[in-house]
Amino acid sequence: MSDNVWVSVRGVDKVFVRGSESIHVLERLSLEVRQGEFLALMGPSGSGKTTLLNLIGGLDRPTSGEIEVGGERLDGMSERRLAAWRARQVGLVFQLYHLMTALTAERNVELPLLLSPLNRLERRQHVATALALVGLKDRARHYPSQLSGGEQQRVGIARAIVTDPVLLLCDEPTGDLDRKSGDEILGLLQALNREHGKTIVMVTHDPHASARAGRTLYLNKGRLSAEMPE
Amino acid sequence: MTHPILQAAAVTWISLRTIPQRRGSSGAAVFGIAGVVAVLVGTLSIAQGFRQAMTAAVAPENVVVLRGGVDSEMLSILGPEEVRVVEDTAGLARDARGALASAELYVVIDLPKRSSGTDANVPLRGVGPAAYGVRPEVQITAGRRFEPGRSEIIAGRGAAAEFAGLDLGSRVKVGRNEWTVVGIFSAGGGLAESEIWTDAVVLQDAYERDQSYQAVYARLDSAGQFDAFKDALTSDPRLNVRVVRQADYYAEQAEAVDRLVTVLGTLVAALMGMGALFGALNTMYTSVSARRREIATLRALGFGGGPVVASVLLESLVLALAGGAIGAGLACGLLDGYRASTLNWQSFSQVAFAFAVTPQLLLEGVAYAAGIGLIGGAFPAIRAARLPVAVALRDL
Ligand SMILES: Nc1ncnc2c1ncn2[C@@H]1O[C@H](COP(=O)(O)OP(=O)(O)OP(=O)(O)O)[C@@H](O)[C@H]1O
Ligand SMILES: [Mg+2]
Repeated sequence: MSDNVWVSVRGVDKVFVRGSESIHVLERLSLEVRQGEFLALMGPSGSGKTTLLNLIGGLDRPTSGEIEVGGERLDGMSERRLAAWRARQVGLVFQLYHLMTALTAERNVELPLLLSPLNRLERRQHVATALALVGLKDRARHYPSQLSGGEQQRVGIARAIVTDPVLLLCDEPTGDLDRKSGDEILGLLQALNREHGKTIVMVTHDPHASARAGRTLYLNKGRLSAEMPE
Repeated sequence: MTHPILQAAAVTWISLRTIPQRRGSSGAAVFGIAGVVAVLVGTLSIAQGFRQAMTAAVAPENVVVLRGGVDSEMLSILGPEEVRVVEDTAGLARDARGALASAELYVVIDLPKRSSGTDANVPLRGVGPAAYGVRPEVQITAGRRFEPGRSEIIAGRGAAAEFAGLDLGSRVKVGRNEWTVVGIFSAGGGLAESEIWTDAVVLQDAYERDQSYQAVYARLDSAGQFDAFKDALTSDPRLNVRVVRQADYYAEQAEAVDRLVTVLGTLVAALMGMGALFGALNTMYTSVSARRREIATLRALGFGGGPVVASVLLESLVLALAGGAIGAGLACGLLDGYRASTLNWQSFSQVAFAFAVTPQLLLEGVAYAAGIGLIGGAFPAIRAARLPVAVALRDL
C-alpha cells in the first residue's frame, strides 16, 4: 500500500440476504482513495453506491474482502470498536441531513464531540470553528426547522468536520437541494478538500456535482469503472 | 471518551425534547399509569383506613376478656359470676367507683342508611358504668350520657353520620323496644364511633339475656401487667376465658376485611398494571420507531448502545413517574379522608372509616408506576440498541 492511500477496498463482496433471495450488490470490488483526494461515485439507483459508502464508513461489514482506512482494518472490527472508530475517523454527510430536530445547530454540531475527551470549553471552541467554516456562525442558536435545506446541510457538514477527521463520506449531499444551494454545498466541500486537505468520497447522481470532484468512478452491476456505463 | 453519563444525558435530552411530537401515545401511557396508580393507592387506602379505624385510639393497657376458645364477642358468653371474678382480679386500674372493668353485651340492629335508605347492621352495645373509664377517649360531643336503667342510647359519630334516625333527640324503634338518642360521642376515630351504646342492664332486659354478658372490657394499671392478669384469669379453675389485648383483638377483627381489601386491591392493580405495562410498552415501541432515524444517526456518529438504552428507559421512566404522580395526586385529592363504611365481617356490622392515603401508600404507588415504566421501556430499549444502523438509515 503506497503511503498516501487512505482508503483501500480489496476484493470486497457484499451480499444481502432477504428471505430465500440473496442480492449480490458488490462483486470482488476494489478501490483506492488517496489522502486529499475528492472522489465522486456515480451509478444507477440500486447499484450499491450507498452500500459501498457504508462499508468505507464502518457502518456495515463486507461479506468478504478487506477494507482498510487510515491504516486500520475495518472488516473484523468489533461493533463497539467500529463505533469508536467512526466517532474519531470519519465525518458522515447525509442526503437528508439527519439533524436532531430537538437540538439547536450548535448542539447538533457538538454531538460527535460528546464522544471525545474534550471538555466543555474546548467543545464550544471546536463547534464555533466548524460553524464559522461552513458560514453559519450567526445561526448557532437556530433549530433545524428554522433553517433552509442548504443551511441544514451546512450544519450537517459542520457536524461531520467538527472532530477534524481525515475522511468525509457524503451520500448525495446535494440530492435534496435546489441548484443554487447545491452549488454552495459543493463549493464548501471543494474548499474543505483543497484548503483543509479533507479526503472526500461523494456519492451523487448529478454530473454537475461530480464535475467538482477530482475523479469520478461509476458503479454498475457490482463493479467500479472509470467509464460511464452505457 | 466523554463520560457515558453525559452521552446518555444528551441522548435522553433529545428523546425527552421530542415527546411533544409523540404526545398522543405518550399521553395515553401517562394517563394509563395514572389510572392504575390511583386505583392502587385508592384501594390500599381503604385497607389502611379500615385498619386505622379498627385500631385507632386503643390504649395499650386495655384488655378484652371473652369466653375461652372464641374469636369474637358475637360468639362469646360470660355469666355474672365470671364477670365478678374478672372484676376482682388484681392488676386492674381503679377509679372512685372501683375497678375499671366494663361487662358488656352486644346485639346487632338494623337501621336504614342515610345514603341509600336500605337497612344495614349497626352494633348496639350495652356497657357498664366503668365503660367511660376504660375508654377515656370516648367524649360526648352533643347531648349527654345515657341514664342507667332507661331506654336511652348514645350514638358514635360515625354511626350517627351513616345511619338515618340517629340524630340527637330522635327515637329509634327496634322490635318492641323504643330508644331515645340522648347523646352523640366521639372516640378518637376508633371503632366505638361506629357503635351505639346503652346501659348493659337495660339491653339485657330488652333482649332477654338474663344477666349474661359477652365480654369484659377492662383497663390494666399498666400494659406490662397483661401477662400476669392473663395468667391469673386463665389459671383460675372457676373460669373458662380468653384474655387478649384490645388492640390485638381489634386487629384480629380487622384482619379479614383488611386482607380481602388488600388482596383485591393488589389484584386489581396488578391486572390494570398489566394493561398499563402493555400501554407503556406500546408507547415506547412507538417512540423508538418514531426516533428510529435519530437513533440510527447517533449510532452512525459513534454513540454506543448504552446511551440509547438509557435514553429509552429514562424516557419511559419519566412518563411513568408523571403518570404515577398524577395518579397519586388524584387519589390524595379525591379520596383521602373520604368517609365510607363497610361490613366488619366478624361482627357483621358496619364500620365507619375514612380512606387513609398515607405518604407510604403514595410512595408505593409511585414506585409501582416506576416499575411499570422500567419494564415497559426495557424491551423497546433493547430493540433500539439492536437497530442495525445501515438499515435504519436507509428506510426513511
Ligand atoms: N439492508 C439491506 N437488505 C437488503 N437489501 C439491501 C439492503 N441494503 C441495500 N440493499 C439492496 O442493495 C442494492 C443497493 O442498494 P444501495 O442503497 O447501495 O444503492 P444505491 O446505489 O445507493 O441506490 P440509490 O442511488 O437509489 O441511493 C439495492 O438493490 C438495495 O435494495
Ligand atoms: Mg444510495
